[in-house]
Amino acid sequence: MSSTFDTIANIIAETCDIPRDSIKPESHAINDLGIDSLDFLDIAFAIDKAFGIKLPLEQWTQEVNDGKATTDQYFVLKNLSARIDELVAAKGA
Amino acid sequence: MRLEYFQLIDRIVDINLADRKISTEATVPSTSTIFEGHFPGFPLMPGVLLIEAMAQTSGWLVVAANRFERMAFLAAVKDAKFRMFVTPGQKFSVEATLLHEGSGYAITKASIALAGKPICDAVLTLRVMDFPNGEMRHKMRETAALVGFPTEVPANG
Repeated sequence: MSSTFDTIANIIAETCDIPRDSIKPESHAINDLGIDSLDFLDIAFAIDKAFGIKLPLEQWTQEVNDGKATTDQYFVLKNLSARIDELVAAKGA
Repeated sequence: MRLEYFQLIDRIVDINLADRKISTEATVPSTSTIFEGHFPGFPLMPGVLLIEAMAQTSGWLVVAANRFERMAFLAAVKDAKFRMFVTPGQKFSVEATLLHEGSGYAITKASIALAGKPICDAVLTLRVMDFPNGEMRHKMRETAALVGFPTEVPANG
């Protein structure tokens, strides 16, 4: 998990010009780091490339809009790391 | 090119979904009120319209990749470089390659060349979403026919 988090944190720091040491596993990408949806596309692109996956952003957005999930589940970085690990594992299965 | 309709592309020359590439071409009109301001006495095709030509070319590629089920909207332009002037009456070619198809977005690398010489290039981000309404989809199908959107790319529905 830690290496996944480190990769994400490095991507966010580089993509959004946010100090790396301010990005924590508990950080919420939107609420704490101030990343908007357009900037998150850059992050998603970098994550997709780095892990060879396709973050299901549309599905996640729909689930949040429908009240079936909270943004914390996908955009708190430790949770995002877990979702990515799941996607990577599913790809290799 | 019909600047008054914001149609920056005359013709789709080729779409190759296997290679994730498209090529289009366009001829800049000889006259347009745009050239009266850009610039007086020295008419040039504005760089923002060259970006739009690359965006429309990229958009057709994304629409084709989505079987005309979804629409592409320009969201970001990166690393845009303008290397040479384009003047009224000149014909140029546009190419775009789909670098990545994400969930609800696509990234393309696009470029324009004139007589084989590079004119400009950029990396474009497009949001990809369902057509907002049936009228838009219908109109886009009409425009697709005008620019030669290939019939072998499924566009039914």
